[in-house]
Amino acid sequence: MSSEARRPPPQFGARLRRALGGQAGWRGFALQVVLVVVLAWVAHAVIDNARANLATQKIASGFGFLWSTAGFGVSQALIPYSESDTYLRVLLVGLTNTLVVSLVGIVCATVIGFVVGLGRLSPNWLLARIAGAYVEVIRNLPLLFQILFWYLAVLAALPNPRQSIALFDSVFLSNRGFGMPKPIGTDALLPFAIAVLIAIGVAVVLRIFARRRLFATGQRMTIWPAVTGLLVGFPLLAASIFGAPLGFEYPVLRGFNFAGGLRVVPEFVALAIALSTYSAAFIAEIVRAGVQSVHRGQAEAGASLGLKRGDVMRLIVVPQAMRVILPPLTNQYLNLTKNSSLAVAIGYPDLVSVFAGTTLSQTGQAIEIIAITMAIYLTISLITSGLMSLYGARTSRSMGA
Amino acid sequence: MSKAVYVATTMVAPRRAPVRMPGAWGFVRTRLLNSPTNILLTFACALLLWFTVIPTVKFLLVDAVWQGSDRNACLPETVGWPVGACWPFIQAKFSQFIYGFYPEAERWRVDTTFLLGALLLAPLLVPQLPAKAANAALFFIAFPVVAFVLLHGGYGGLTVVPTRLWGGMLVTLVVAITGIVASMPIGIALALGRRSSIPLIRFSCIAFIEFWRGVPLITVLFFATYMLPLFLPGNFTVDGLVRVLIGVALFAGAYNAEVIRGGLQAIPRGQAEAASALGLSWWRTTRLVVLPQALRHVIPGLVNSFIALLKDTSLVSIVALFDLLGQLRAAFADPAWSSPSTLFTGFAFTGIIYFVLCFGMSRYSLFVERRLNAHRRS
Amino acid sequence: MKSATLMLTLAIAAAWSAQGASAQTLKTVKDRGLLSCGVTQGLPGFSAPDDRGNWAGLDVDLCRGIAAAIFNDATKVKYVPLSAKDRFTALQSGEIDVLSRNTTWTLSRDTSLGVNFAGINYYDGQGFMVRKSLKVNSALELNSATVCLQTGTTNEQNLADFFKGNNMKYEVVAFSTADEVVKAYESGRCDAFTADISQLYAERLKLTTPAEHEVLPQVISKEPLGPLVRHGDDQWLDVVRWVLFAQINAEELGITQKNVDEQAKSDKPELKRIFGTDGSLGEQLGLTKDWFQRIIKATGNYGESFERHVGASSKLGIARGLNQLWSKGGIMFAPPIR
Repeated sequence: MSSEARRPPPQFGARLRRALGGQAGWRGFALQVVLVVVLAWVAHAVIDNARANLATQKIASGFGFLWSTAGFGVSQALIPYSESDTYLRVLLVGLTNTLVVSLVGIVCATVIGFVVGLGRLSPNWLLARIAGAYVEVIRNLPLLFQILFWYLAVLAALPNPRQSIALFDSVFLSNRGFGMPKPIGTDALLPFAIAVLIAIGVAVVLRIFARRRLFATGQRMTIWPAVTGLLVGFPLLAASIFGAPLGFEYPVLRGFNFAGGLRVVPEFVALAIALSTYSAAFIAEIVRAGVQSVHRGQAEAGASLGLKRGDVMRLIVVPQAMRVILPPLTNQYLNLTKNSSLAVAIGYPDLVSVFAGTTLSQTGQAIEIIAITMAIYLTISLITSGLMSLYGARTSRSMGA
Repeated sequence: MSKAVYVATTMVAPRRAPVRMPGAWGFVRTRLLNSPTNILLTFACALLLWFTVIPTVKFLLVDAVWQGSDRNACLPETVGWPVGACWPFIQAKFSQFIYGFYPEAERWRVDTTFLLGALLLAPLLVPQLPAKAANAALFFIAFPVVAFVLLHGGYGGLTVVPTRLWGGMLVTLVVAITGIVASMPIGIALALGRRSSIPLIRFSCIAFIEFWRGVPLITVLFFATYMLPLFLPGNFTVDGLVRVLIGVALFAGAYNAEVIRGGLQAIPRGQAEAASALGLSWWRTTRLVVLPQALRHVIPGLVNSFIALLKDTSLVSIVALFDLLGQLRAAFADPAWSSPSTLFTGFAFTGIIYFVLCFGMSRYSLFVERRLNAHRRS
Repeated sequence: MKSATLMLTLAIAAAWSAQGASAQTLKTVKDRGLLSCGVTQGLPGFSAPDDRGNWAGLDVDLCRGIAAAIFNDATKVKYVPLSAKDRFTALQSGEIDVLSRNTTWTLSRDTSLGVNFAGINYYDGQGFMVRKSLKVNSALELNSATVCLQTGTTNEQNLADFFKGNNMKYEVVAFSTADEVVKAYESGRCDAFTADISQLYAERLKLTTPAEHEVLPQVISKEPLGPLVRHGDDQWLDVVRWVLFAQINAEELGITQKNVDEQAKSDKPELKRIFGTDGSLGEQLGLTKDWFQRIIKATGNYGESFERHVGASSKLGIARGLNQLWSKGGIMFAPPIR
């Protein structure tokens, strides 16, 4: 009986208005047009001025310089590099140096940050206070200050190579850096690696089996003796059959410096220490906030089920806290990577230092070089935030379910 | 889902009831020595304190040298004991740390500015005092103008002191305060723009924010100092300090925008809808209803970003401006004061200054946060 | 609020396009009433500020000379301290009008950086400084050494050439300011400090005990240092160039800061021409008739400037050597003012 609701009249105008100008309608559209005009005008003025300035000053432009010979040395290169390589190679050397110091910083910062963050929540009064003091002191001092402190202070305290602090004649610490034996694989490396892989595989299978059993019957299997035995015994067995998998090249003092072995330059050490301790203070706060965001009832429920404090943390609190922790944690990783650009203050050859520094001054092509540098950092950060929003979409879906 | 889930049928043995232990000994037993692990931790912490706090105190106070006129006063050979902090070094460089190369005869102007700023800021920070709006207007709008006239001069008989003579604490505070004041409107505009329904404005705001947040400040400063002039017409120059200020303000503005956006998102839609039901325009809705609530929400976040800004001012020393840290590095190069403890003394002094400023700000933000959340406390 | 931002942007954009690009540096400087001069961040003898921020040095005297020639006031200079790596960008961008910062004249800089060298005010070469306790007598004994230097200098490439050419290994640690290099060298981060020899002498003064360090005798490169300006403004290039030549010519002619006023009254035809009592050489440069007198009155001649800042009587105590006048056994030679 009831008649169907009449369809609203087609409002093409309104739809168009909405698509073009959002809720503000035609006014919004007009605003956009003005914005475009102004942006175009500014862009035109900027490009025009830059072109005029470059032309009057006869500055070369374009990216051709990337293929000319650099001709300067770099104190730390993870990929083969010599003075006769190109500026492009310099860019890659700088980028790998940035990435490696960031990576080391991220790993150390995460470890220190979690220790300090959980320490702040410890029932031990003294530990909680010390962790709190660490966070407050580190967070409230500029990073550049801390980098300079670690570099100048640590450098001043270390002896010269001839009086270096030696450990078993294989590890050396001096103001030229930290020297240690460099492992070199022998013929026995392959069987050894296979043995390690097999041991790991068996251990994983064992663990899966133990978990299944725990869930099915409630019986806890003690597997750690077996796992340890596997992980140690199997590779040892392989080594005793095929011989030592690794030989070592020891650093020796020759002339002014140590030659051979693995050497870490002091700039790297200072930068890595400063970056990781600084970021750790922020990560500690993130961890604390994350753990505290888990409702008390969760931990209490766990305790009333008879779980030990450690198990409550590991099985109940931390997994829930991770959801809160991860996004700001990634942000800190990103900050750490960007902060590694302060390396320029202590002469660590990172991207900004060797590319936006030395290369820029030798070629004079400021616009291209700064643009490349900014684009690299931007790419890193966009990739990370893209991954984060993917992660965020996933967790919010699982939270909703 | 999982077919075989084990369900325990026996009860776990109950734990012992916690015993209340009052008094200091009880505190020590429950909070420090209640289990073997904790005893070990307490012991390790005590050791750590022993090896950090005692040498620090010894260095700063006990073994310190308090008087002298050059490095000889701080050499262990002349003093006769392992020297701690070399305070005469700070005394000799103190005016440089505070004023840079600001002419001595004109330093009263810097002092007046500092004093004026403190007088205006103090009542702003105490929530009980009245006339917040007028006070804020004075501090955020009138004070920068007055400070500029006083510091730079050129008006009313004041001689011009070019910015290249500014240095030390003065530059640190100028960069930090200008950054804070200028980044607020930028941040608010960007945050509103990012939530705008007009597509192009939204996209350009997002692009702007993501750009500044994605690159390190040092490249921004480098851009501002050495590339900006390439984009301006040949005879159009901007003072070096001003360029840095522009870079810092845009950079901090992008970070503030994200903080403020968080506050805007926390305001229920109903608020804006109610306001527009009352017939308020978008501008009025934003100005009278949404923004005040949102900003109040994000005060702690904003203070955190101000602390970050204050710390980041130290980066200007890389682009040849002499802020506090820059002056410190310059002072290290003075051979008249090179002694084994000069480095640590300088770091200790500037570290204390930075720490007091940043720690003060963070404590204040905690205080505000507690006050704002008073209604939530159970 | 947004419309206000828009208005502001519009206004700024309008202001930009109103100002046309121009290469009239001399006019710009005159209009501004101030010469903007790029100098080092503190290199005693060449350009360094004292405790009160007054700059002095051989390179600074050139800036003062230019300011004196234009404004008849040697203090109308804004000194912009620049690190080695930032100096060219600052010049290109127009932040400074002239770069007087012991900069080496090379072909690639002259052609690809968009700059013009106005002349040479110091003939130098690159060398090494080491601790005496290392007992190194020659740069050729530096195999496997760690060398500290300032980035953005010609030193970086010379060093690579030197070590490669002599089949020696080395490790380089590069810093962006000279003070950082000194600090690192002093703390033992490196065995040797390489830079232009004049700079090594200057930096040695910054060490706690200068006597414990020595500059090795080997000179591994030619480093003609001089002032430079942006490419494409020949008038301004001439002004800077002839201020330098005026200082050098004054020494040759025996005109000093003390006797310049007296000499100006001379009726020797050569001096009349120089001092502008006859002819219009100053105006041809875009300056005034008494430009020469102004310069020498402000800075003295090249020899005086050298003695005052880097010569034997100064703290640096560097011998004139190559920088002696051509007539006295050196190679310092300026074209005649006529």
